[in-house]
Amino acid sequence: MANREEKIAYLQGKARDLRLCALEMIYEAQSGHPGGAFSAADIIAALYYDELHLNPQDARDPDRDRFILSKGHVCPVLYAALGDLGFFDRAYLHTLRKEGSILQGHPSMSKCPGIDISTGSLGQGLSCAVGMALAGKRDKKAYRVFAMVGDGECNEGQIWEALMTAYKYRLSNLVVIFDGNGLQIQGPCDEVMPMIDIVAKAKAFGCETFEIDGHDMGQILDVLDAVRNSESDLPKFIKANTIKGKGVDYMENSLDWHGAAPNKEQYEDAVAQLKGEK
Amino acid sequence: MKIGEKIATRFAFGEEILALGRENPNVYVVDCDMAKSCKADPFAKELPEQYVNVGIAEQNGAGVAAGLATCGKIPFIVTYAVFCSLRMAEQIRQEICYPKLNVKFACSHGGVTPANDGASHQGIEDMGVLRTIPNMTVIMPADYNSTKKLLRAVAEADGPMYIRFTRDAIPVVYDEDQEFEIGKAVKLREGKDVAIIANGDTVHLALKAADLLAAEGISARVLDMHTIKPLDVEAVAACARDIGRIVTTEDHNIINGLGSAVCEVVAELGCGTVRRIGIQDQFGMSAPYERLLAINGITVEDIVKHCKDLL
Repeated sequence: MANREEKIAYLQGKARDLRLCALEMIYEAQSGHPGGAFSAADIIAALYYDELHLNPQDARDPDRDRFILSKGHVCPVLYAALGDLGFFDRAYLHTLRKEGSILQGHPSMSKCPGIDISTGSLGQGLSCAVGMALAGKRDKKAYRVFAMVGDGECNEGQIWEALMTAYKYRLSNLVVIFDGNGLQIQGPCDEVMPMIDIVAKAKAFGCETFEIDGHDMGQILDVLDAVRNSESDLPKFIKANTIKGKGVDYMENSLDWHGAAPNKEQYEDAVAQLKGEK
Repeated sequence: MKIGEKIATRFAFGEEILALGRENPNVYVVDCDMAKSCKADPFAKELPEQYVNVGIAEQNGAGVAAGLATCGKIPFIVTYAVFCSLRMAEQIRQEICYPKLNVKFACSHGGVTPANDGASHQGIEDMGVLRTIPNMTVIMPADYNSTKKLLRAVAEADGPMYIRFTRDAIPVVYDEDQEFEIGKAVKLREGKDVAIIANGDTVHLALKAADLLAAEGISARVLDMHTIKPLDVEAVAACARDIGRIVTTEDHNIINGLGSAVCEVVAELGCGTVRRIGIQDQFGMSAPYERLLAINGITVEDIVKHCKDLL
């Protein structure tokens, strides 16, 4: 990319396309999780179109970077990136949650090329990422492992078991991205189970910590630069402050759009908003 | 080890996993801080680059093993039967069995063999729980020699597999050169009057029962059904068709273990009668191992009695 401004604009365009594609998938399936997909979209765009070393022609390339979507329910936004990058035929993007589809309601590594581990049951993906990062260290491979966890997901104790292990083995090749959209099914995360201070907690668990606005592409690129250039041997933890449903006004910060599909009118309204026509 | 000598099968695991690790650098132990007790300590000391101790955190251990498996490792999760099958059950289902990853579960303290530890440590539901998860293989070898052979078979086969060991000592029943195949029962005695289908630490009891029955002129076929999933359906069906009278014995709850698996085959076949010997759907307690078996009716005398009742 010629310069930083062009790169930011390009990635913002990709993030918009991912949101549009995920929205279309969820609309067509009349089922799915738009809220968390939209909070994660900008970071996933930056990872898939700029940061990760991937090989769509060989999805299992042993030297590739890994991306673990531990909050597996927001997979449409990931499928959108994988389909666009050629991990599978784009036609599959119209088969989300349909019988026989490679695009399961929650990601399946044995069905969908580009999925590095099956997720959907919360709290588990980070442990798998730890195993991959550990294998990379032991095998002296250069790949890195990125794992995105939800804030509600961090209610699960296993997340903290995984962080302890990441520190013990000094998995500097592991990057945990905390999608802090502040809402989980029953209400605001801090009401359901107070997190108090996730950055302080991650630091106390031995991570090198970072905090960004997860919708500011410049900040996302800066933090990925900082992580890549860090000389610390600690695992990396990025707290991304995000907005559930980001990009569609009636979905933003709304509990109603955690796991609901729009009707035709809502869909057309959302498309217009995401395209900037409204 | 010679036939008749007594040793816990976890020792066989410890020796053979070290041999496997020396042969193949991809063989890993993912330890839930149980290596000493499960006899994987020599592996941990000699092969530290193939050893991971996740601490007392079984759920995380399952995920770490899954991640390692996606990178070409052959991780053996080491813990106790009860913690593996129940504490990490959903992680096993989601991260290992669903994607059919090559993760092995090597678990000591099967059944009531951790006798003095009491109910909390006696895994009596493990094989049943894991048998219901698609893609899982479930094995309990009968002695030290078969544990070594079956462990090697587990390491060489692909996919999720559970293999269970005893904490307490049990007699060796096989020669060292006996061969084993996952999913294939071993016919230890041929017989025509009654069939005893046993596994794990009850196989030697079944053999003694067959000897006592023989002395009374009753001929008993004895099968070692070390793998309860995939079950050797042909061997069970042959017992049902040829003999029609089957007694199962296991150091496991009578619900959903070997006895249940055999009943499923026999019921669908529509011929034959089965009597199940096993833990009587009750928790154990701290007591001598043989006492715990006796309390649940898992003795040579009980096997003889059930066989005669069927005649």
